[in-house]
Amino acid sequence: MILFRVENLIKYFGGLAAVNNVSFEVQKGEIFGLIGPNGSGKTTIFNLISSYHPVSSGKIYFNDQDITAYKTHKVCKSGIGRTFQVVKPLGRLSVLDNVIAAAFAKVRTKHEARDLALETLEFCELAHRKDVIAKSLSIGERKRLEITRAMATKPKLLLLDETAAGLNPSELDAAIDLILKIRDRGVTIIIVEHIMKVIMTISDRIHAINFGQTIAQGTPKEVADNPAVIEAYLGEEYAHR
Amino acid sequence: MKKYAPFVLLAILIAFPLVVQNSYYQHLLILVLMWVVIGSGWNMIAGYTGQVSFGDAAFFGTGAYTAGLIASKLGLSAWWGMAFGGFTAMAVAFPFGWICFRLRGAYFALASLALNEICRHIATIWEDLTEGMAGILIMPTFLSKIPYYYIALALAVLSVVMVQIVMNSKWGYYFLSIREDQDAAESLGIDTHHYKMISLNIAAFLTGMAGSLFMNYMGFIDPEVVFSLHDISIMAILVGIVGGVGTVYGPVVGAFVMVAVHEFFRTGFFGFFKGLAGLTGSEFLIVVAKYIGQAHVLGFGILVVVVILVLPNGIVGDWNKIIRKLVPMKNKGVAT
Repeated sequence: MILFRVENLIKYFGGLAAVNNVSFEVQKGEIFGLIGPNGSGKTTIFNLISSYHPVSSGKIYFNDQDITAYKTHKVCKSGIGRTFQVVKPLGRLSVLDNVIAAAFAKVRTKHEARDLALETLEFCELAHRKDVIAKSLSIGERKRLEITRAMATKPKLLLLDETAAGLNPSELDAAIDLILKIRDRGVTIIIVEHIMKVIMTISDRIHAINFGQTIAQGTPKEVADNPAVIEAYLGEEYAHR
Repeated sequence: MKKYAPFVLLAILIAFPLVVQNSYYQHLLILVLMWVVIGSGWNMIAGYTGQVSFGDAAFFGTGAYTAGLIASKLGLSAWWGMAFGGFTAMAVAFPFGWICFRLRGAYFALASLALNEICRHIATIWEDLTEGMAGILIMPTFLSKIPYYYIALALAVLSVVMVQIVMNSKWGYYFLSIREDQDAAESLGIDTHHYKMISLNIAAFLTGMAGSLFMNYMGFIDPEVVFSLHDISIMAILVGIVGGVGTVYGPVVGAFVMVAVHEFFRTGFFGFFKGLAGLTGSEFLIVVAKYIGQAHVLGFGILVVVVILVLPNGIVGDWNKIIRKLVPMKNKGVAT
């Protein structure tokens, strides 16, 4: 079943086509990888989905509903959570309060919000840091807080924007475990990632873009062997060996 | 002890006019209570929601003029202003917020400053309605200050309780989220424009109520008084900053301090300079004594610099820091 799809997505910044005619479909329950070199438009696609930028043209469908014109908060309410590449903790609030604020998206009373927040913190293994002020967390914990907060809004689709960047090897393994755990909970995931270890091991399918255009799509193996992808990442001479 | 402090303070405030008969001190406390209301309003929009307003006088003056016009044009009691003042202030806040919440940070602050000036000019120029610079004069209802005192106290308690309730609810969490990071707040499903409007309208409501009270109590208003940038808008900010931005009791403490400082300057350090000038006959001191009353804005400026340097979170926000500084000194005193 197709949970989410974008059709002919185009975004111009001035004269530059940051995203140029990108289309893809995401099956319910899969981990969908989005890769591409720096500046290829991955984060822009996320920003278009969550409506931080208006699309120049194209359509975004979620649950067979056209959400292209939704505002950011409505996109979240409809069931799409996201994290930010440059983490945005609510700095002067405690970790628990960060998650409670997010939990209010789905529950009404403070009591319910607190319960949901504590449960989500437990699930994301951040409960031991719940009383810490968010800005005093380490970068690894901040990335985890981003995921926790997004999860507290009970998304059906989670957009992860480079949640593994800047983590040390043991944190990286923990992050992979968490992402798989979230998938096992029935949440569909679209992940943007630079670290190939992460994206190649967990993705069910991968979509590669460069200069805002699709260059390859398929299983991790297919994409890794695709000459266009190798060229984009390593340069032309490696592609033809 | 900290838990009971508000109740102790409330008990003292209830008993105050019965114990202290001096109407000057009663007057000062009425002003303090009025500033608690305005400060709480400012704290809601600026302290908790992070949308710094430089234009509280727009809401204050609207509330005051509502009461004044009900009395002078409709011939009703100015106390009806207490019923409508908050809502007319919201009527000003609503279109302003609707348009200007597209602006962020300093740009919103500048827009609110402009709102302040627009309101002042309208009140000055529209003489048919507002009597312009001549102002509005009404007969005070009570000769004694005690009724005003208790009304002001009730309003102050209402605003503090209201802030506390709101900040413990979903709204409170949303306001704080917006203050901390507006983009993150949006991604958490928070309609930031909507909740900023709620916050602004609560602030406007409280400030408008305070304005109506001011009209009833003072009996006279003109545009320069109630739409004053430095005596209302800036004072509201100072009450918030000195007391502690984003704390429930910050505006309470701030109101006490700021009214004291204001009065200190207005009376020329309680007549100190006048006395000194008279004693020494110095030309310089005579000039100082003459102008010191108007120098309170300078005093405010110095106070803000000191507070931001020493207590960046205000008196309430840095209370533990103050205690830590004071307690070792006490211990040393006991030891020696």
